[in-house]
Amino acid sequence: MAYTNQHIILKTEQLSIGYKSKKVPTIIASNIQIELQKGELIGLVGANGIGKSTLLRTLTNVQESLKGNIYIHNKLLSNYTSEELAKSMSLVLTEPIASKNLSVFELVALGRHPYTNWVGNLNTKDMESIHQALSLTNIETLKHKKCFELSDGQLQKVLIARALAQDTDLIILDEPTTHLDMYHKAYILKLLQKLVKETNKTILFSSHEIDLAIQLCDKMIVMTQETVITDAPCNLISKGVFNTLFPEDLIVFDKHTGSFRVKK
Amino acid sequence: MPKTNTYTLSFIALIFILIICFFVNIGLGSVSIPIQAVFKSFIGTLDHESWSYIIQDYRLPKAITAILVGSGLGSSGLLMQTLFRNPLAGPFVLGISSGASLGVALVILGSGIFGGMFASLLISKWSVVIAASLGSFLVLLAVLVVSSRVRDTMAILIIGLMFGSITAAIVSVLSYFSSAEQLQQYIFWGFGSLGNLSWNELFIFLIVYCFGMLLSILSIKGLNTLLLGENYAKSLGLNIKKSRFVIILATSLLAGTITAFAGPIAFIGLAIPHITRQVFNTSNHKILLPAVFLFGAIIMLICDSIAQLPTSDHTLPINAITSLIGAPVVIWLLVRKRKMIF
Repeated sequence: MAYTNQHIILKTEQLSIGYKSKKVPTIIASNIQIELQKGELIGLVGANGIGKSTLLRTLTNVQESLKGNIYIHNKLLSNYTSEELAKSMSLVLTEPIASKNLSVFELVALGRHPYTNWVGNLNTKDMESIHQALSLTNIETLKHKKCFELSDGQLQKVLIARALAQDTDLIILDEPTTHLDMYHKAYILKLLQKLVKETNKTILFSSHEIDLAIQLCDKMIVMTQETVITDAPCNLISKGVFNTLFPEDLIVFDKHTGSFRVKK
Repeated sequence: MPKTNTYTLSFIALIFILIICFFVNIGLGSVSIPIQAVFKSFIGTLDHESWSYIIQDYRLPKAITAILVGSGLGSSGLLMQTLFRNPLAGPFVLGISSGASLGVALVILGSGIFGGMFASLLISKWSVVIAASLGSFLVLLAVLVVSSRVRDTMAILIIGLMFGSITAAIVSVLSYFSSAEQLQQYIFWGFGSLGNLSWNELFIFLIVYCFGMLLSILSIKGLNTLLLGENYAKSLGLNIKKSRFVIILATSLLAGTITAFAGPIAFIGLAIPHITRQVFNTSNHKILLPAVFLFGAIIMLICDSIAQLPTSDHTLPINAITSLIGAPVVIWLLVRKRKMIF
């Protein structure tokens, strides 16, 4: 038991998420039990408005939880200082970066912020991490390009490289495949799978690409109206979880192909 | 990387231009003094008494003021543009100049309303400086108190503009009840002036300026991180509220003292960062901040030299010159490059 605990990167206990208002708290989901191991690729799926973003915001300490505990490396999330957290968890957000005039290298280098000195000078260790991040994501040739010159797919790779340069055990991505074409959706998720294998990091992403996630993820977190279930994709399929994901009047889940079909 | 070399070259060129502008600025004026004489007066071997008096008591403090004003306004403009991630932001978006103008308006225009016996007492040089400082300080304080309560940085921008509207309204009410003479005096303050600063005043100016500059330099890393947006900056461990406070404080110190001593100098704070970005194509504040410092100082010296109307007895309002010279330059740069770099 003690042995397995060492490999748990993120764990939640009886977690309730939602919004606190003055009168009554709005509970979006409750009793969430998640356990993410080292070296796992985890996909978070669910219908629009089900609370995927709220869950991610709670896990990344942007928003307070209503009840329950979140542990990162067996330490309570609320006990982390912002600098410590920056060294344990890096993010790729859906919002665009503020200055598109940054070069790719400069943007990736900003991932070293928690480690650099007061004026942000890069030492050899920082340069090493940056170059490693650039080569892992295959964007070395883009190094000197400005961000406004990049396509959406390239920019997504650059943002992933920035998260890699931050050198954390856990990377969380909020819908990394939006605005991308079919090929690049697959490309980005495949890249995440490769990164998990090569760096042994834990990567959690939310996505609407359920069929791709089923093929690539080690584990999936499925949010439905009633519950939040975490399991390996094949177990989730045999339990019939994906059928409960959406209202059944339009699309149904096909067990054999692992994808959704439009009802005829 | 080859890029660093080109920057070094640009920096050397800028420092060289700054030195030339500094000497030319001292040499030019209603009495033009040859450059050799300016050099001589610095070494102390100038035997022309009236020239050395003009240089040491008038032109040298004015040139130093120009450098402080240009570099200070440029830097605080850069700070505000990055903090608000808005190319239209400048040093005065937080209502600092409106606070200062309210203070000055109360002294100059209010003196007539509150009784004639204060009038002569109130309108001295120092009372204007103190009123401007107090005015900008109070508005700054209000903005800081409000900004510690709001989470959204953009709200601070709007709040600053609202404070500006309130002070402008009070100034109009005061103007309505003032005499033509007092109005003229107030308008003259609004023209801005780099001259008239004694060495003592310059010394106080310099101390506050250095403090503001130090805070700006300490903010470099935070500013670079803010280029990603606030949520990314937070995820990188940046304490947003603290850095925001330091950045606002630095801007207030710089823009506040400059307005107090030189009046509300328009345009420079907004334009210098844009001109700098056209030459230094980077977002890194480690390069931008010193570059903005040099550009600000150079352009302010040039504007001041023109405002002197060399060899004539007239001096044009510096505030008009900065906009007249600067605005077309920015338009030209943007049209030529066809791209707004931010």
